[in-house]
Amino acid sequence: MELVGLALQNIFVENILLAYFLGMCSFLAVSKKVETAVGLGLAVIFVQLITVPVNWALNHFLLADGAMAWAGLGDVDLSFLVFIAFIAVIAAMVQLVEMVLDRYSPTLYNALGIFLPLIAVNCAILGGSLFMVEREYTFWESVVYGFSSGAGWALAIVAMAAIRQKLLYSNVPPGLRGLGITMLTTGLMAIAFMAFAGIQL
Amino acid sequence: MSSPATAQAPERAPLLAFDKKTRRIAIDPMLDNNPVTVQVLGICSSLAVTVQVNRALVMAAAVTVVVTFSNLVISLLRNYIPPSIRIVVQLAVIASLVICVDQILQAYLYDISKQLSVFVGLIITNCIIMGRAEAFAMSNPPWQSALDGIGNGLGYGLILVVVSIFRELLGSGTLLGFQVVPQAAYDLGYADMGLMVLAPGAFIILGLLVWVQRSLTGYTEA
Repeated sequence: MELVGLALQNIFVENILLAYFLGMCSFLAVSKKVETAVGLGLAVIFVQLITVPVNWALNHFLLADGAMAWAGLGDVDLSFLVFIAFIAVIAAMVQLVEMVLDRYSPTLYNALGIFLPLIAVNCAILGGSLFMVEREYTFWESVVYGFSSGAGWALAIVAMAAIRQKLLYSNVPPGLRGLGITMLTTGLMAIAFMAFAGIQL
Repeated sequence: MSSPATAQAPERAPLLAFDKKTRRIAIDPMLDNNPVTVQVLGICSSLAVTVQVNRALVMAAAVTVVVTFSNLVISLLRNYIPPSIRIVVQLAVIASLVICVDQILQAYLYDISKQLSVFVGLIITNCIIMGRAEAFAMSNPPWQSALDGIGNGLGYGLILVVVSIFRELLGSGTLLGFQVVPQAAYDLGYADMGLMVLAPGAFIILGLLVWVQRSLTGYTEA
């Protein structure tokens, strides 16, 4: 039940995009069409679900202060290596996922297309892993967090793509077209998501 | 790896030129080609760290240092990096620089480093740094690349500071932690705008800023 609460909190209340601004670059670039937004959203959920637990294990057994106690190296603190280790894991995982999908599920691979490699530099992925360390999640919490933060991001980008398709028919002032109106819309969306803030499970 | 000096040998241009063309490299990114509002790079962190001006200043300094040195290093290495693995090499360079910056912040500015939390680490995936490395440093000599890095870092910092001034002034009535809105105003019924401190305030301020900047420069998106 706690895990369900954690999931709902990370999808709606602390949405990784609307409350923590992570993954804005690809959010702005890929939210022009609903189909591509759905594809990228699914890819992010998928990669997040894999990388957060893998990075949890990496942090728990190798990098954190005293984590190497199982190897008799209890006084080694490698936590300064967290950034480079996580980004390496993410890049490797994205590559691996791409190859596995290409081999076993060409339909999904074609559907995700160019978005898979893009994910390696999506800050939502690295941010998710860093938040996992900062909030000291347990293993199962990290699995749930990986899924729910990805799902929250996917929800936001799909909603945004739908709004932008509608926006095509409105007459926006020239200087506001593109980035400006998208930022304002995202702001309104963030206000809407704040309505979930009081909900406790 | 051979020494950087040999890498520069083929260049004909003077090493530290500061003529009009090189000046433009550094100045352009601040207004006409601003990384945040025109190139649409590095939006994430420019929103997250702008609740207070001092956080924005530290973040701007950190990003400027990282983008300058990553441009410099990648430009020095550009003739040795095989094209097929260049992204990995760039990421390794950037990640190492970010680790240095993070350790320095933790040592000398611990409070702010705690407040910035994950966003220092996220400089690695800040698109400005990868973007400039890929678009400029891979094909230009070191001095110009470093200038381009400084220009883009400062252009990014400019937006950060402007957004944070609005958010701190309207959201908590202070600037750099000093009370700016006088107590008398509060007595007359003025209230801080709580929305500015929260996430939506950042989106709206940046959206309006983009509008102002694009109206001035006449840049429009199709």
